[in-house]
Amino acid sequence: MSALTDRLDAIRAEGRAALIGYLPVGFPDVDTSIRAMVAMVEAGVDIVEVGPPYSDPVLDGPVIQKAVADALEGGVRLSDTFAAVKAIADAGAGAVVMSYFNPMLQHGLADFARDVKEAGGSGVITPDLTPDAGEAWVEAARAADLDTIFLVAPSTTPERMHLTVGASRGFVYATPLMGVTGERASVGDAAERVVREAREAGADHVCVGVGVSTREQAAELAGYVDGVIVGTALVRCLADAEDAESGLAALRSLAADLAAGVREGRA
Amino acid sequence: MTDSLQQAPGPFFGDFGGRFVPEALMAALDELTDAYDKARVDPAFGDELARLARDYTGRPSIVTEVPRFAEHAGGASVWLKREDLNHSGSHKINNVLGQALLTKRIGKTRVIAETGAGQHGVATATAAALMGLECVVYMGEEDTERQALNVARMRLLGAEVIPVTTGTRTLRDAINEAFRDWVASVETTNYIFGTAAGPHPFPAMVRDFQRVISVEAREQMLERGGLPDAVLACVGGGSNAIGSFDAFLDDEGVRLIGCEAAGDGVDTDRHAATLTGGRSGVLHGSRSYILQDDEGQTLPSHSISAGLDYPGVGPQHAYLAEIGRAEYWPVTDAEAMEAFRLLSRTEGILPAIESSHALAGAIRLGRELGSDATLLVTLSGRGDKDVEQAARWFDMLPGEGE
Repeated sequence: MSALTDRLDAIRAEGRAALIGYLPVGFPDVDTSIRAMVAMVEAGVDIVEVGPPYSDPVLDGPVIQKAVADALEGGVRLSDTFAAVKAIADAGAGAVVMSYFNPMLQHGLADFARDVKEAGGSGVITPDLTPDAGEAWVEAARAADLDTIFLVAPSTTPERMHLTVGASRGFVYATPLMGVTGERASVGDAAERVVREAREAGADHVCVGVGVSTREQAAELAGYVDGVIVGTALVRCLADAEDAESGLAALRSLAADLAAGVREGRA
Repeated sequence: MTDSLQQAPGPFFGDFGGRFVPEALMAALDELTDAYDKARVDPAFGDELARLARDYTGRPSIVTEVPRFAEHAGGASVWLKREDLNHSGSHKINNVLGQALLTKRIGKTRVIAETGAGQHGVATATAAALMGLECVVYMGEEDTERQALNVARMRLLGAEVIPVTTGTRTLRDAINEAFRDWVASVETTNYIFGTAAGPHPFPAMVRDFQRVISVEAREQMLERGGLPDAVLACVGGGSNAIGSFDAFLDDEGVRLIGCEAAGDGVDTDRHAATLTGGRSGVLHGSRSYILQDDEGQTLPSHSISAGLDYPGVGPQHAYLAEIGRAEYWPVTDAEAMEAFRLLSRTEGILPAIESSHALAGAIRLGRELGSDATLLVTLSGRGDKDVEQAARWFDMLPGEGE
């Protein structure tokens, strides 16, 4: 169906879940952020979620808020996102962009889709755009042969689940708890329910993110999802580091740990 | 009457409005829309809201002619719609009582709100106390400093006030933080949005709850000799302005003028005049005008008035500007403070600094139109909260002036 679903199918055939890692572009600076994305790939991340910073990230917790604010302060531009996508594709991993809607809208939806595609990206995740509000975006993405990845939540009604699954390509992004991005001790009981409901609504591939930060959580989720998405814990490796090199080392170590986790889940 | 502009239902006003939010909030917004659609046609809801407006808020609010002030406005006949006399000190209570009643109807026990100047936070804390709801108010840290008195008022009323330290530490960041709370708490919590912006149903619902301003004022002006030549109101997010305009929308002879905060001037980068200096985009859940850079990053806004210090504006205002039904004028900090001084000294009424922007617009329009003109200005709030800031502006604090 698409490069993303082919990749997820191949990973499923290996008897494991995919590891998907998010990092914002430009944190702590553009070069380091791109090096960090490539380092994650080398450490076992299958798909990188590339985050162009946005000034009003309403679905992000304090760690990512701070990182993207620093990135914007540092002068990051949207062109840096396309450069990051290209670097990830060149490194052999899947690249998807996770963007709030206004930067996409201001760039022009058709241009945005084309630029992601030309850089080697497979799809775009839209945390503040739902399919019913995003018809123009879906049209632009289809024209560029780019996957549209929408979110579902524990509060998603059956009607909306069908709508969202129907409009999603690549995979459906299931958030297992109600809340912004950030690490949680447990992703809770809702994860299994949301994933099951998405599959019942016809989703071929379901990946779970928000709240996941440890190898144990990754292993638990890998038992029943196509991909495990980790963001805040990876960003924290860079945020808490004394310098870029130690940040990259911490990131490699966590990515490798999580990569082991997604291989432990299937009995 | 099918082409009436009044009480437009949303979700879209022309190309503006809509609902651009995380999926996690969609069920709650659907629930709220559904509850509101039922409530608005339910006589019991209407009666209860009318009773509270009369017995609690003190409606109808009066209109006051201000001839000594008007001498500085070209000798025009100037009338003030006195929302400053409402219980809790501004127009915000009109909306909050409606949304708090709705909260009870949908069975939620906790409310959250954002606030800029603190007026919406105070109104929400007031209604929460009245109706026994738990209340949390998000307020930018910079605003908690310039509006410290309102922070204390909210706490005295039993609300928890959370200073927001991210971003520009103003209203826009308070809205972001309230949305973050809501995503996590939506099962028990209703978001009482303070202005006629945000995702559907807020722009239409808040407008409907504020419409009482223009419904009353239109009748009051007719009793006093006829419709005004113009209605003026200040615009931040735009709730008092849209409430002041709605019943006049189909009166073609009535000019509708929204006064935006131009801060240091619209030719500087320190202003909040969104319709004058912004362009179309999506912020806080709806499509409207935004102050933004070339890549869609929201720009910091500035106004002396915390309540107007917002880089967005309600979608219906963007629409009314686009079709030319309403005009939006930039008013600088200095012009607003001069109007503040004038009204205080000529009429014995201390206006909110927000409302002073509308008064400055009236001075400008009155001088343009002359003594035959009749102007209706919505005095959206009282200036008690602004006393310290105004006294500092005019060097009137002990030890600062002469």
